[in-house]
Amino acid sequence: MRQMSDNQKGIIKKVSATGDMGRRIREMGLVPGAEIQIQGRAPLRDPVAVKIKDYTLTLRNDEASYIIVEVDSPGTEVS
Amino acid sequence: MKKIVIALSGNPNSGKTTVFNALTGAHQHIANYPGVTVEKKYGTVHHKGVEIEVVDLPGTYSLTAYSMEEIVARDFLLNERPDLVVDIVDASNLDRNLYLAVQFKEMGAPLIIALNMIDVAESRGIQVDSEKLSSLMGVPVVPMVARSNKGVNELLDTIVAYGEKGPKWIPADISYGMDIDRALDKVAEILEGIEGVADRYPVKWLALKCLEGDKRVLGLLESHPQELAKVKQICDELSRHVMSTLEEDIEGIIADHRYGYIAGVTKKAVRRKIEARLNFSDQIDKVLTNRLLGPLIMIVILYLVYAVTFWASEVPVQWFESFFNGLKYLVTLVVPPGELRSLLVSGIIDGVGGVMGFIPLIMVMFFIIAILEDSGYMARIAYMMDRVLRWFGLHGNSVIALIVSGGISGGCAVPGVMATRTLRDPKERIATLLVVPFMNCGAKLPVLAMLIGAFFATNRARMLFLLTLLSWLFALLAAKLIRSTVLRGPKTPFVMELPPYRVPTLKGLIIHSWERTWHYIKKAGTIILGISVLIWAMMTYPGLSSEQEEMFAAKRQSASVAFLSSPGIARWIKGPAELKRLNDLYIKYATQKQQQTTIGRKIVSSDPLHVLAKTAYEWKTTTFVKKDVDPELLAVARQYLSFREQMATIEITRQQTALKSTVAGWIGSSLEKITAPLGFDFRLNIALLGGFAAKEVILSTLGTAYSLGVAEEDKGGALAERLKQSPMWNPLQAFSLIIFTMLYVPCLATIISIRKETSWRWAGFSIGFNLTVAYMVTLLVRQVGLALGIGI
Repeated sequence: MRQMSDNQKGIIKKVSATGDMGRRIREMGLVPGAEIQIQGRAPLRDPVAVKIKDYTLTLRNDEASYIIVEVDSPGTEVS
Repeated sequence: MKKIVIALSGNPNSGKTTVFNALTGAHQHIANYPGVTVEKKYGTVHHKGVEIEVVDLPGTYSLTAYSMEEIVARDFLLNERPDLVVDIVDASNLDRNLYLAVQFKEMGAPLIIALNMIDVAESRGIQVDSEKLSSLMGVPVVPMVARSNKGVNELLDTIVAYGEKGPKWIPADISYGMDIDRALDKVAEILEGIEGVADRYPVKWLALKCLEGDKRVLGLLESHPQELAKVKQICDELSRHVMSTLEEDIEGIIADHRYGYIAGVTKKAVRRKIEARLNFSDQIDKVLTNRLLGPLIMIVILYLVYAVTFWASEVPVQWFESFFNGLKYLVTLVVPPGELRSLLVSGIIDGVGGVMGFIPLIMVMFFIIAILEDSGYMARIAYMMDRVLRWFGLHGNSVIALIVSGGISGGCAVPGVMATRTLRDPKERIATLLVVPFMNCGAKLPVLAMLIGAFFATNRARMLFLLTLLSWLFALLAAKLIRSTVLRGPKTPFVMELPPYRVPTLKGLIIHSWERTWHYIKKAGTIILGISVLIWAMMTYPGLSSEQEEMFAAKRQSASVAFLSSPGIARWIKGPAELKRLNDLYIKYATQKQQQTTIGRKIVSSDPLHVLAKTAYEWKTTTFVKKDVDPELLAVARQYLSFREQMATIEITRQQTALKSTVAGWIGSSLEKITAPLGFDFRLNIALLGGFAAKEVILSTLGTAYSLGVAEEDKGGALAERLKQSPMWNPLQAFSLIIFTMLYVPCLATIISIRKETSWRWAGFSIGFNLTVAYMVTLLVRQVGLALGIGI
C-alpha cells in the first residue's frame, strides 16, 4: 500500500503485520478482500489516508508497508 | 417495578453519545474523535412500566485488551453481566461496525443492534434490510436516526420486550476454520475443569481469547500453572501450524474469519444502489488536508480562534468587571472599615471576581473548540500533525490531549491527561501526559490575558498566539527530552478514523461549551473561593506587632505636626481636627470628581478648607495653572499635597511591612533567595504558591497582594492598572512571569489525575520536572532580557 499513488484503487491481498499493529489494522477493517482507494497523504507525505468501503482511515507509511494490495491492473501486487 | 440494566456500546463516531442522550435525556459531551467517553456514564429511563438503567460504555472498535477503553468495556460486561447489550451500529459503515457486534456474540451477550444513521447510509446509496440483518445475525435490529430522535421509542420497546424474556448469555457458534475450531474445543475442555474461572466467564470465549494470546485472559490462569502450560502448548502448536501453512498468525486468521462471517451477512442484507463515489466529506478533505493549503488553513483557523474569542468577548468582559467593581462599592457602603470589609473586598470579591470576570472569554473559547471537535476537524489536525509529533516521540493522537489541555488556549489539563488513555503505548502515553500541563489551559488564560492586557496591549491576539506557539514548542521539546532519556522506546501504530464532516448541532455546541464553562464556574465558586479566603488569611495574619503599629503611628503624628507648624499653614489649617476635616473633604471631592457625579453642578462654598481641598486636587490632576488662583492659596495647596505624599509613603511602607510579617510573607520572603534571579519578589512568590492549588489563584492573589500594598485613595483601579503603575513592573518582568506561569507545576487537580493514570512516582516526577524546566527557561529569559535591555 505504501507504494500506491494518490487515488489509486486496489484490493487487499494480505496483511503481514502481527501483534498490536496487526490487530489494530484488522479491527479497523483493513482485511484481505477489502477494496481500498488511496485518498491522499498528509502535508509531509505521511501518514496516508485510505478510503475503505464508506469511511476513511489514516495510517503511517511504515504501517502501510505491511499491507499487500492488488492494484487495478490485474496481477500486480504492491505493498 | 421491573428493572433492566443495559449496556450501550458501539464504535466511536457511531452516534452512541447521541443515542445515550436521546434515551436518558442526560447532557453529555459529543465529539468526533475516538475515546472521549472513557468513563462509564449512567442514566435511567422509564418505559412501559419498566425501569431501564443505561450504562454508556466507552466507544471501541473491538473487545481485545488493546486499549484502556476496551478493557473498561470488557470488564464491565464480564463482571456486571448487564441484561442486554445495545450495540449502536453505523449503517453507513456496516462491515466494520459489525466486527464489534460479532465479538459480543462470541462473548454470548444478549444483543440488540441499533442500526443508526440510516439516513446517511441511504443518501450514499446503501440500503440495509434490517429484517434480513436481524434473521442472519440472530438478534433484534432497530433502524434509527438518533440525531433527529427517530426510532428511539422503537428501541425502547424492543429493549423492554427482549429484556422481559430474561435472555441468557450464550456464546454464539462461529467457525474460524477447521484447525482453529479443533484447538478451540481442546482449550475449552481444559478450562471447563477450572473452578473460579469456568463458572464466572463464558468458557468458549475464554478459549478463543487464549488462542488470540490475550494477556489478561491468560493472566486469569496464572494460579493454575498445569492447565496454563497445556493451553500454551496447544496455542504454540497451532501457531506453528498456521504460520507454516497460511503464513499468518492465529489472531489474524480469527479476525479474517470474523470479517468473512460479516461479509456473508452484509452480502445478503445490504444493497448498494450506486457505486461509492467521492462524497461531500472527501471533497472537503481535498482542500482542508491538501499538501499546501491544509497547513495554511489550519494555521488560519487556529489564529481565528483567538481573534474571534477576543473580539466576541470584549464587551461582556467589561460588564463583568463593572459588576464586580459595583459589588465592591456596595460592600464599602454597607460594611464599616475593618477586618470584615477587608475579607469581603480583598479576600472574596477580588479573588473570585478576578476569576469570574473571564467567564465570557472562556465560554466563547470553549464554544469555538466545540465547533472544531464536533465538526470533525480535530481529527484532521491529528492527521496532519502526526509526522511532526512522531519526531518528538509522540503519537498523532497526542495532539488531541495537547489541544484539550489548551493547545488552542483555554482547555484544561485534567481532561487532557484523561484523553491520553487513547494512546496505547505506555511510554507515549506517559510522555504525553507529562507534557500536557505545559499547554495554556483555561486557568492560565486569565493570568496571561491580564499581563498581556497590561503590558502588551497593542497586539493582544498576536501575543497570545505567540504564547500558544511557545507552549507547543516547550511541550514538544520536553517530550523529545523525556522520550530520549527516561522513556526511551519504539513508536506504536497510528491507525485512526477520519470521521465524516458533520455540521455541529447548536444544541450539542451549547451543551458542550456550557458544561465546560460550568465546570470552571464551579471551580471558581468552591476551590478558588476557599483558597482566596485562605490566602487572604495567610496574607493578613499575624500582621504587625503593636510596637510596629505604634512606630508607624508616631511617624504619621510627627509628619502631621511638622506640616501644621510649617510657615503659612496655621492661617489656613488650625490644628489636627481641621487637618482631619481637610483630609475627608479632599477624599470626598476626589471621589466625586472621579465618578463625575458633579458635572455641571459646581460646588460653591466659602469654607476655606473646601476651597483648599478643591485647589489641591485640581492642581494635582490638571497640568495647567489657572490665572485667577490666589498665589498664597496655591502655595498652601502644594504644601498640603506634598504632605499627603509623605503620608502615603508611610502608609505603603506600613502595609508592606505588615504583608511581610504574615505567614505568606514569611514563606514568600524565604523563597526570594531562590527566585531573585528570576526577578520575583515575595508577593509574586505568594501568588505562585497559591497557583499550585489552581492557576486562577495567581491572578486573585496578585489582586489581593496589590490592593493590600497600595494606598487607600488609588484603590479601585483594575489589577492591570495597578501593576502598570508599579515601578518594579515592566514588559520583561511581565514576560518572565508569563513564561514561569506557563511552565511551572501542574495544578493540584492535574497532579491528582496524573497520579490516577500512572503512579505517585510519575506525579512527583511531573512536579520536579516542570519546576526545573520553568526555572531554567525563566532564568534564561530574564537574564537575556536584562543583558540585551529588552523590555525594561
